[in-house]
Amino acid sequence: MDVVIVGAGMVGAACAYYTSRSGLSVAVVDRGPVAGGTTGAGEGNLLVSDKVPGPELELALLSASLWQRLSEELPPGIEYELKGGVVVAASEGSLATLAATAAGQREAGVEAHDVTPDRLRELEPHLAPHLVGGCHYPQDAQVQPALAAAELVHSASRAGALVRPGEEVVEILRDRAGAVRGVRTNRGELRAPVVVNAAGTWGGDLAALAGVNLPVLPRRGFVLVTEPLPRLVRHKVYAAEYVADVSSGSAALQTSPVVEGTPSGPVLIGASRERVGFDRTLSVPVVSRLAARAAALFPVLADVRVLRAYHGFRPYLPDHLPAIGPDPRVPGLFHACGHEGAGIGLAPATGLLIADAIRGKRPALDLAPFAPDRFDATCPVT
Amino acid sequence: MPHSKDDRRTPETGCAAIAVVGAGPAGLAAAVTAADHGLDVVLLDAAAAPGGQYYRSPAVGLGANRPEALHHHWRAFAELSARLAAHRDTGAIRHLTGHQVWTVERTGGGDWILHAVTGGGEEAHTAVRARRMLLATGAHERQLPFPGWTLPGVVSAAGAQAMLKSGLVLPGRRIVVAGSGPLLQAVALSLTRAGARVPALVEAAGYGAYARAPGVLAANPGKAAEAARFGAGLAGARVRVLTHRAVTEVHGDERVEAVTVSRVDRRWRPVAGTGRRIACDALAVGHGLVPQLELAVAAGCGTRPGPDGTHAVTLDEQLRTTVPGVWAAGETGGIGGVELALSEGELAALSIIREVRGGVRRQEARRAVALRRSRHRLRAFATLMGTVHRPGAGWSEWLGGDTEVCRCEEVTAGRIRTACEELGAGDARTVKLLTRAGMGWCQGRTCGFAVRELAAAHGTGQDPGGPERRPLACPVKLSTLADLAEPG
Repeated sequence: MDVVIVGAGMVGAACAYYTSRSGLSVAVVDRGPVAGGTTGAGEGNLLVSDKVPGPELELALLSASLWQRLSEELPPGIEYELKGGVVVAASEGSLATLAATAAGQREAGVEAHDVTPDRLRELEPHLAPHLVGGCHYPQDAQVQPALAAAELVHSASRAGALVRPGEEVVEILRDRAGAVRGVRTNRGELRAPVVVNAAGTWGGDLAALAGVNLPVLPRRGFVLVTEPLPRLVRHKVYAAEYVADVSSGSAALQTSPVVEGTPSGPVLIGASRERVGFDRTLSVPVVSRLAARAAALFPVLADVRVLRAYHGFRPYLPDHLPAIGPDPRVPGLFHACGHEGAGIGLAPATGLLIADAIRGKRPALDLAPFAPDRFDATCPVT
Repeated sequence: MPHSKDDRRTPETGCAAIAVVGAGPAGLAAAVTAADHGLDVVLLDAAAAPGGQYYRSPAVGLGANRPEALHHHWRAFAELSARLAAHRDTGAIRHLTGHQVWTVERTGGGDWILHAVTGGGEEAHTAVRARRMLLATGAHERQLPFPGWTLPGVVSAAGAQAMLKSGLVLPGRRIVVAGSGPLLQAVALSLTRAGARVPALVEAAGYGAYARAPGVLAANPGKAAEAARFGAGLAGARVRVLTHRAVTEVHGDERVEAVTVSRVDRRWRPVAGTGRRIACDALAVGHGLVPQLELAVAAGCGTRPGPDGTHAVTLDEQLRTTVPGVWAAGETGGIGGVELALSEGELAALSIIREVRGGVRRQEARRAVALRRSRHRLRAFATLMGTVHRPGAGWSEWLGGDTEVCRCEEVTAGRIRTACEELGAGDARTVKLLTRAGMGWCQGRTCGFAVRELAAAHGTGQDPGGPERRPLACPVKLSTLADLAEPG
């Protein structure tokens, strides 16, 4: 065995896919099922629109092209849809900020079109009339995240990967020099010189098993799911404030409306962000705010019934960037976690970069901004 | 009586001493007992009239002059209804009919806020505040899929009973009753009394299994007498009782024309070559009941798996859940029937009174002892019943690859098998994520048990997990949710 990947969510699945295709012999272990954590609780956003120029946007653009390729290789059941995103502004002030953001994104290679109120109505006929304009991002896409992760794992397993759900890593085995030599699970040992931490929101716990600090924290989000509807919402539609909420460092609640239709009919309504640990109780104030903001954006949804609500815990790192690459503190340990709310979108690039890094190939992007040990000075182990 | 002053009656702050969710046998018994002892009670129920699923009454105007003909234990209900009416008149019980609680939340001070929706098209919202909560949320019927079960004319056994009780309508003229559990006998009898011909009652388990627990039977002579009464009634109505058999297929183009009944082994595996057609124009089918735990789970109450394969709320001797301030009674704590629900409702109310007052009078203490004794006896019987009628693992062998398991999302057994065998799903949640089974209108209430069983049969032996989480206990309009938002 060459590589043990811990975590069978979207990121672990992508790591398994790219490492097994590069000829390495791979095992994937997860204490739960495939897509059982944050992957199964997400909407499956593949976005470039919500990222400002910088390392995360580069990762997103690389991923966007990889997703297109994956959509041709994986079964159509993954519901990949290059639907495009529409960001809307309710005031001239937020429209100006949005236009400035879009100009910067264009220079970084993002396709972004400023949109007049009339054009907005063409793109989304049911939007509220008070909006003053927006921006259209044709590269934004969506995928059914649990199916996509399961299909990537399935594809890896056909390429020879060993897939072990329901198996929990309890120890990271090290040799006398401190280098990784595998993992011990509740069922036995898996020996390999490389261990990839793709444990998502629980990535900090896995890092701790190797004796290193990685301050991944859960950032809770709720999603409301409506009854199935004919296609009322064509794009991923969200308010301009969303970008500011995503990059906020505050633990307090942020809600900005994010509304999208799905091929199966239900409309998904997000997005809330709050750091409340792993609290699994429904928050009435949060879901009511989500509902109010979605209804303000799309008045047509007011009479629609919400069938269910669910929550997930985004893996949050203090600078909102994931940890990707080898850990200089523990030879053989690689990290691929902490993607916050963007893990589905960023997974293919992450998997590819990890596969290249393991094989000693020069990675397609500079990994320095994603260095796993970058928090040692600012966020020491508590 | 340390708490009595602010706990007994605080209408000025709009905070009731106790909120009872569900006006079926358990909730009704609890509410009137609590009110008898001076607690102010809010009773919330989705239906227009008290009684729950069990004491479902015909709508006024249907001219039913003897609804009791369809009910057992009618006298207990009539007496509870009279007490409820008296307490409503004095204001001791605020009975909120047509109120469906969609979630509950705890305030910082430890009170409970129960959020309910009312009305149909003109949905409105009510929030009720209470110091304590008693969950008597009842149960829904358990269904197992089989080829043809989506054909018109196939109805749920409890649904057929409910149609009779509320609308006095028969689902057909020649009705086969099938599935498993004691409810089937009551349903078959009700159908024949209402004028239908029931050619067969098809029970997948066998009644002989009860005899293996003679102690439990001896302690419950009433149950044996009831079984004898049912047996005699069914014989009198010329209903053939076929045990260790199951309906393995339904025939018909537009609607039910016949069913195939096959012998099943002890694990409920159909025995090849034993199929026999029975002509009928309707099939009433049910496989026992499943506790409705949405609100209990939302409140954080612990649950436990029961012998019947369902999850139920964990309760102590005082009918307290694992969450302080929350009690449960009746089917919520495990399927056990009307008599048990009545005992538990009263017992839970006495337990609450004891906590509010810091003690109970001798007479109430004696009553509690008697109720606890009957609860033990009836719970023992319920355990036996759950064990006897728990679907055997072999039932899934009567499914075809194209048999729909989730009707809302049209997910077939074949797709569930693929999700398990190829995509690695081993539990119901993952099957749901990968196939959409259970994501539709009923939110898995119909297919949940079947999906869980299929995941266990075809998956890789992963932890099946607890009961499904449904943070919204019923659908709620987006505008209703939005109206709850604070401005800003």
